[in-house]
Amino acid sequence: MDKQTHHSPAIVLDNAAISRGGHTIWSHGNFSIPTASVTAIVGTNGAGKTSLLKAELGLLASSSGSIEVLGQPAGKAKAKIGYVPQSYSNQDDVNLTVEQSVLLGINGNRFGIHPTRVSERGQARRAMSLTGIEDRAAARLGELSGGLRQRAAIAQALASDPELLILDEPLANLDLASQRECVQVLSNLNHELGMTIQIVAHDLNVLLPILTGAVYILDGRPHYANIHDVMNSDLLTQLYGTPVEVVTTPQGNMFISPHAGGSKPKEQNLHTRSRNCQQ
Amino acid sequence: MTTFTFDPHWFTTLEAPFMLKAILAGALIAIAAGTMGYFTIARNSTFAAHALAHIGLPGATGAVLLGLPVSAGMGLFALAGALVIAALGKKASQREIATGTVLAFATGLGLFFARLSSSASQQMQAILFGSILTVSTGQLVTFIIFDLVLILALCLVYRPLLFSSVDEQVAQAKGVPIAAMNVLYMTLMAGVITIAVPAVGTLLIFALIVTPAATANILTASPLKAMGISSLICLIAIWAGLVLSTMFPAPPSFIIVTISTLIWALTKFGHYLSTFTNKAS
Repeated sequence: MDKQTHHSPAIVLDNAAISRGGHTIWSHGNFSIPTASVTAIVGTNGAGKTSLLKAELGLLASSSGSIEVLGQPAGKAKAKIGYVPQSYSNQDDVNLTVEQSVLLGINGNRFGIHPTRVSERGQARRAMSLTGIEDRAAARLGELSGGLRQRAAIAQALASDPELLILDEPLANLDLASQRECVQVLSNLNHELGMTIQIVAHDLNVLLPILTGAVYILDGRPHYANIHDVMNSDLLTQLYGTPVEVVTTPQGNMFISPHAGGSKPKEQNLHTRSRNCQQ
Repeated sequence: MTTFTFDPHWFTTLEAPFMLKAILAGALIAIAAGTMGYFTIARNSTFAAHALAHIGLPGATGAVLLGLPVSAGMGLFALAGALVIAALGKKASQREIATGTVLAFATGLGLFFARLSSSASQQMQAILFGSILTVSTGQLVTFIIFDLVLILALCLVYRPLLFSSVDEQVAQAKGVPIAAMNVLYMTLMAGVITIAVPAVGTLLIFALIVTPAATANILTASPLKAMGISSLICLIAIWAGLVLSTMFPAPPSFIIVTISTLIWALTKFGHYLSTFTNKAS
């Protein structure tokens, strides 16, 4: 990454709006997200989180205003963005090794006859070592556990040396240990390579140690704020649409807890889980 | 009822001109079915591929009714069906209820057209169950041209097609034109179905396109190797079907499908045994 991009923001929304089928999903998006930040994208289901990702990737045009990514209009910087979509179970049928899948992240969009180059293999190996999956390079994707498959997907996104990494619900359907490993991988990418990272997430707790900010979509408007300003019980209660409370432990760690007076924390867990399953 | 006996003059039958054409046709069909089978499984489009054959049925019987070549009608209907499914998007090819309904309707329509003329009625069984022994020189030329087009197209789009097949969302984000890839896949598939139907017919096509590719997927994780292996399995099944049908009074389609199924079942069993013993040790 050159110094110039380091100082300019990674993503700039200027009065941006997104509509689909004549229906406005959100509008008045005015914010800029700094380079080398780790941002969560939060909001209730259907608020437009995925639309924001798609707009940044240039797959969905803004209906008004502008969206700039890495100093270029959205969609022009495809080569510099790594994208990890929500994982879905029908990938069990995909018969590729981890290495082949990662290689597609490098040359999968190339037409014509291209035998894989030695340099591409090296690039793939580097990407796999960044997510700690190089020892499973020859394993088939279908044989991997959910956590390892997520790391293989991140390696694929990293293979083309992106400056911006966008992940859609990377932690959904992962057990706690895999969630922590995944967060550790993201933390390393951010700290060691200065990569800008955006994560769509429902559960912020496991991500809190690495988050620098959050985009939240409230009342049809996307906002960006520093993570300390987002960690506010009233705001989060509004965002989640159910009472939650920000708790600070005596050690100074913060986490989001279902509201103490709001009863039935168990039921809420079930609710989040079933929501993840549906997606 | 004919008795099931060994024909000692089988080698003479094998040397007949119609048999040579069938052997050549078998090789051309194996290349097409084997390579596209891999993409069919990778795209989760096995049911859509199966449906294309059935959508082609009324085209085939309709063509006979109008005095046109069977392949022309079959190809036209399969292509139209392919384009409609492609226009609806890759997700649509996984919509089993809609596809199944159209499939049943198309089969019924095929029967209706067949009943309208006696010659179509006679051809009905050949279309449903295949008649590789009656492949004409004209058909052979079409097969050769199609195989060349298929190989050329795959050389040009191999990686983007593979990328969009296994990971459509990421491929799209990386700039792969996924809608165009979908149309191309469905169009090529319509062609494969049209040339593979003479071998085993619309009802048994699954065993020639999907089953060998599924077997190859158990044996290797490399896409190119899998395409090679599934083509080889197709070839073994078709050629063995031809040879055995000269020896015994059984239709080639039956033997082709049986061999394809046996290879799949044995591979699956072998794979199960090897994972079982790996776990045990």
